[in-house]
Amino acid sequence: MKTHSLILFILAIVLIMACTLSICIGAVEISTLELWSILTHRLGMGGEIYHTSQQEAVLFSIRLPRVILGVIVGSALSIGGAAMQGLFRNPLAEPGLIGISSGASLFAVLVIVLEARFFSHFIQLLGYHALAISAFLGACFTTFVVYNIAVKNGKSNVTILLLVGIAINALAASFTGLLIYMATDDQLRNIMFWNLGSLGGASWKTVTSILPFVGIPLAVLPFLAKPLNTLALGESQAGHMGINVQLLKRSVIVLATLGVGAAVAVSGIIGFIALVVPHILRMAFGADHRLVLPGSAVLGATLLVLADLVARTIAAPAEIPIGILTAIIGTPVFLYIIFTERRKRGFG
Amino acid sequence: MIEAKNISYSVGGKQLLNNISFDVQSGELLAIIGANGAGKSTLLKLLCKDIQANSGEIRIRQKLISAYKMNDLAKFRSVLAQSNTISLSFRVEELVLMGRYPHFENTPAPKDIEIVKTVMEKTGITEFANRDYNTLSGGEQQRVQLARVIAQIYDQPRGLLFLDEPTNGLDLLYQQQILMLARNLANSGYCVVSILHDINFASRYADKVLILKKGQHVAFGEPKEVITCENIHQAFNIQVRLLNDEEFKCPLVIPSAILSEQTI
Repeated sequence: MKTHSLILFILAIVLIMACTLSICIGAVEISTLELWSILTHRLGMGGEIYHTSQQEAVLFSIRLPRVILGVIVGSALSIGGAAMQGLFRNPLAEPGLIGISSGASLFAVLVIVLEARFFSHFIQLLGYHALAISAFLGACFTTFVVYNIAVKNGKSNVTILLLVGIAINALAASFTGLLIYMATDDQLRNIMFWNLGSLGGASWKTVTSILPFVGIPLAVLPFLAKPLNTLALGESQAGHMGINVQLLKRSVIVLATLGVGAAVAVSGIIGFIALVVPHILRMAFGADHRLVLPGSAVLGATLLVLADLVARTIAAPAEIPIGILTAIIGTPVFLYIIFTERRKRGFG
Repeated sequence: MIEAKNISYSVGGKQLLNNISFDVQSGELLAIIGANGAGKSTLLKLLCKDIQANSGEIRIRQKLISAYKMNDLAKFRSVLAQSNTISLSFRVEELVLMGRYPHFENTPAPKDIEIVKTVMEKTGITEFANRDYNTLSGGEQQRVQLARVIAQIYDQPRGLLFLDEPTNGLDLLYQQQILMLARNLANSGYCVVSILHDINFASRYADKVLILKKGQHVAFGEPKEVITCENIHQAFNIQVRLLNDEEFKCPLVIPSAILSEQTI
């Protein structure tokens, strides 16, 4: 237990370092001394001023919200992935399996393509947030459909849940494809950028609007660590240890959908983080969810902040969609997982 | 400790258990035997509250089983299932600690850690403590699971232990050791209910034996009363001879007719 706290502490320090790095690097450079000067000055501690007012403006209106958004999105995706893998008792599961991403994608594309014709009212009403809100609704809607088809007599079978998820994902993808077929060139470009994910839309407004949706799962999921551990033994075994398995399943699905749906809504589809981060932790420190759940949140935030740093600096002044980067890093890790699993089971 | 009265269970029009009654007290080991499809596992599921009987009643500590919550039962009753595969990789020590989960909230108390240590010593798995469960052999895994379920009720002097074919996949030595362990637990006040395949184990270690056939009650009572040629023939459809040995309190069962009359 002491080692758990120590690992989390180290991960948290690495996260703070990653955030500082990301805050300081960009078109307007800010040195750590200047950063310190800005922060102490803001807090009214006085001292010598080393920074320019331009640096201060960049820090507060561009860098800081973007880094914080990266932290929120990265932690939501990763803790959602870790909880899903625990629920499905399958290390290859991820939130997309139950339709979160495909639903968000479908609704987002729906709004992009049909905006002028059908959604003008809706868009007028919600303005800038229309896309995010519809993506979030889409994520919740598909998950709701998948879960309800899979439930029979109040009990859900995880295998059926998985199969229904695959079916609904395919259906959502084909509707999305149909809409893309109808889209104009401008809309296509919009859709593509949304599907590749980006933190480019970061502002204090986006940060505050998704914070509650991500905050709840981040606060509650770590408390489900013990029940998720027993679930690894099997559903009836978990029941024999006093766990209400149906309630556990429902809570994990609702919480993961809330967090991941909100993250996808503001940042688009950022692949592989949810799958890979819990894995890195499990390979390094074992499968105990008491470490994997909070650890995933912290490590996921770190990786996304760093990936975003690369995404916006590597081809500056242009920005590479972050989804491309996470997939480039994620794919080799994913393949590595498959190869080691195969070796372990003796098919290598 | 456990009283089952006239319990029946059917699913999809198929009667899996029909009018089964028995009782077992603390300090006793009850063996449930019967051929494949006799309803042994169904009966154990009913006793675990995994499923609910269509009629009849089951009382545990005088209280109806339906009046218990799962996490109340988990505090004094543990279950060793037949198949124990784990998809994620846990260390042996973490797994045994899971047995203590019903007893602590977030961090285990020193007592819980102490129990985990003692039980691992008793089941002879201390040397694997830091190994990955999935790298162990089948027999070693079975012992780890046994340690987990014993840890769950270790500090409950009148606890309940359900075992579903605990000797599965174990070699002769560990089969004996596991049943000795179950016997010792019963001697120290636990109530142990175990499904067994080997009739000789049942007659040697159990205080009471329940014989089932296709969901029907065949016999219930002390081993020397119910393990008879007729009962075994009726339940397993094989001819047996009983061999009386001075050292055992019960006769040894030896299949005989399968060699002379039936050919496979």
